[in-house]
Amino acid sequence: MATANVKIDVHHITRVEGHGNIVVDVKNGQLKQCDLEIPETPRFFEAMLRGRPYMESSHITSRICGICAIGHATASLRATEKALGVEPTEQTVLLRKLNFHGEMLDSHILHAYMLVAPDLLGAPSVVPLAKAAPEVVLRALRMKKLAGDLCAALCGRHTHPIAMTVGGFTHFPSRADLEGLRQRLIDSRPDVDATVELYQKLKLPAFERDTEFIALSKPDEYCYIDGVIKSTDGGTWPIEDYRQVTNETLVKHSSAKRCRNQRESYMVGALARFNVNFDQLHPKAKSAAAAINLRPKCVNPYMNTAAQVVEIVHCVEDAIRLCDVLLARGVSWEEPVQPGRLSGEGTGACDVPRGTLFHNYVIQDGLVSGANCIIPTGQNLNNIEADMRALVPTLLDKRPEEITLSLEMLVRAYDPCISCSTHLLHVEYV
Amino acid sequence: MAARPKVAFFEFTSCEGCQLTVVDSLQTHPELLEAVEIVRFREAMSEKGDDYLVAFIEGSCTRPSDETHLKAIREKAGVVVALGACAHLGGVNAIRNRQELPDVRRYVYGDKAEWYETYPARPISAVIPIEAFIPGCPIDRQEFVRVVTAVLQGRAPQLPDYPLCVECKLKENVCLYQRGKTCLGPITRAGCDAICPTYGDSCEGCRGLIPNPNIDSLKTVLGEHGLSVEGTMAKMTLFLTYQMMESEAAGHGNGKR
Repeated sequence: MATANVKIDVHHITRVEGHGNIVVDVKNGQLKQCDLEIPETPRFFEAMLRGRPYMESSHITSRICGICAIGHATASLRATEKALGVEPTEQTVLLRKLNFHGEMLDSHILHAYMLVAPDLLGAPSVVPLAKAAPEVVLRALRMKKLAGDLCAALCGRHTHPIAMTVGGFTHFPSRADLEGLRQRLIDSRPDVDATVELYQKLKLPAFERDTEFIALSKPDEYCYIDGVIKSTDGGTWPIEDYRQVTNETLVKHSSAKRCRNQRESYMVGALARFNVNFDQLHPKAKSAAAAINLRPKCVNPYMNTAAQVVEIVHCVEDAIRLCDVLLARGVSWEEPVQPGRLSGEGTGACDVPRGTLFHNYVIQDGLVSGANCIIPTGQNLNNIEADMRALVPTLLDKRPEEITLSLEMLVRAYDPCISCSTHLLHVEYV
Repeated sequence: MAARPKVAFFEFTSCEGCQLTVVDSLQTHPELLEAVEIVRFREAMSEKGDDYLVAFIEGSCTRPSDETHLKAIREKAGVVVALGACAHLGGVNAIRNRQELPDVRRYVYGDKAEWYETYPARPISAVIPIEAFIPGCPIDRQEFVRVVTAVLQGRAPQLPDYPLCVECKLKENVCLYQRGKTCLGPITRAGCDAICPTYGDSCEGCRGLIPNPNIDSLKTVLGEHGLSVEGTMAKMTLFLTYQMMESEAAGHGNGKR
């Protein structure tokens, strides 16, 4: 018997980063309210950047987020470098890619094992799983440690990076560091395979809604840094034209702004990258995708976690490749490239674990005079609500606890980084 | 056998990086899960309990409604520990305190500024008394384990009162000043094993000032090493804006007490 009246009010949903409330109100079978409220405190990072020396920007903005600290730092550095005419060396580009893989792995392992898997295994968290399935939890901790150690070798620590700076690095991994990491990555392949097997066994909910997917793209590699903006609805845009894609607005129930492109909403993140850039994935990652029944173009948002598992495979293999490249050419001490000028404007973009991130700075005489920042989770909020509006009517014959869990799992599937998304910077042209 | 002490984690205005560091400390200390019963940890657990002995609080207090929640936690907890620079010092959240608040609000949210509640950021100790703090942005994993161990044993945690320079010397780091850079190590509390200078970057003061810091002398040294007055102020206000403003308000422009 379908439930005609349902009220769902999840205050501060658990197992996501940051504070979000799910509020759903169905009266006589009609959806009256379906919101993902963002009561997260506004943090005003944009205001903080004004008047600060350009060298500090990546250190300040990495503090936007504990999980995507390296993502913010990298996008920030690219924005500053473009504004001040700094061209990173080939070695810097390689080191940044390897560092980025470390964060991608750390974040995806956290999400797949500790934030999502408990729901699929019927547990409230990873804590009881430590007793019930210790080998799974220990594997997650082991994999996360490797990811963290990879970042530590390259930039000091994952949260928050130390050695990343405008024009390069202030520290370099030794040969022994790289050889050790390379071997540990190779030795982690059984753990990676076990992760794929886990997600072959776990059943992600089935729900489909055709959606526009957006990701950064390059023709010759699975792109996480730089590239162009690309859409599954067609079209590419240079990074500098990000505003044409994001179109931000404010809504009252959310301290994070909302975005839309060619439809009322779009999705970014692992599933978007998978859909846009499937061809560039490492062959092992493509096999993993086949094993977990993930094919482009997938329009089931719950499969975002499956796409993250595919990316775990890709990042481990590509990290091994990058170690090989760096060991072959040798890593030398390079002083950071100095800016050719102290004024300018630039936009940096990265596809961080949760999706496309843009940092856009105006710098005057070495000080940041204005900035704009579009966060992946902010870009996903409209899409999450659109999914909720389509999903709730299909759940009305279920018990309220089941409806609540399905909605919580939907929000968790996006791997939202909510405290990030309230940091939206204002465009200021001087 | 005694019941395991109950602990809870809370976050205010923060990046949740300190709590993530707590999760990562399980990589080397999985026995932590045996030593305590975690009744609340929103980011990692759906279990929720309101009966706890120790409350770890991450994040700054940045709006009036935060005060209500902080006081409620203080009521329930026997021991409150500030977790990380935002909770301990105000941290980067306080950078905006030097600007006019209405301007800050308009800059981000335009004419919708009134929709979002805020006031100047402050450490949680400005609102409630705390028994201990774990400094740093983020916290150091080893220090977290040491402090938790002390708290569970009913001891006051012992944090170093000496500056980072001691740790740099012990590690035989080449001093950043000798490498043409500057560093806040001489006035910052050690305990992080001088991680930033070790990786070639300036100490930024995220762990807070040592007792009786010689800020005047450091400002002179920074000037001698090429930092302008504005550059010095920027360095001193990355993590320490709240402390610098308190010091100025108390009439001590030099930061001495």
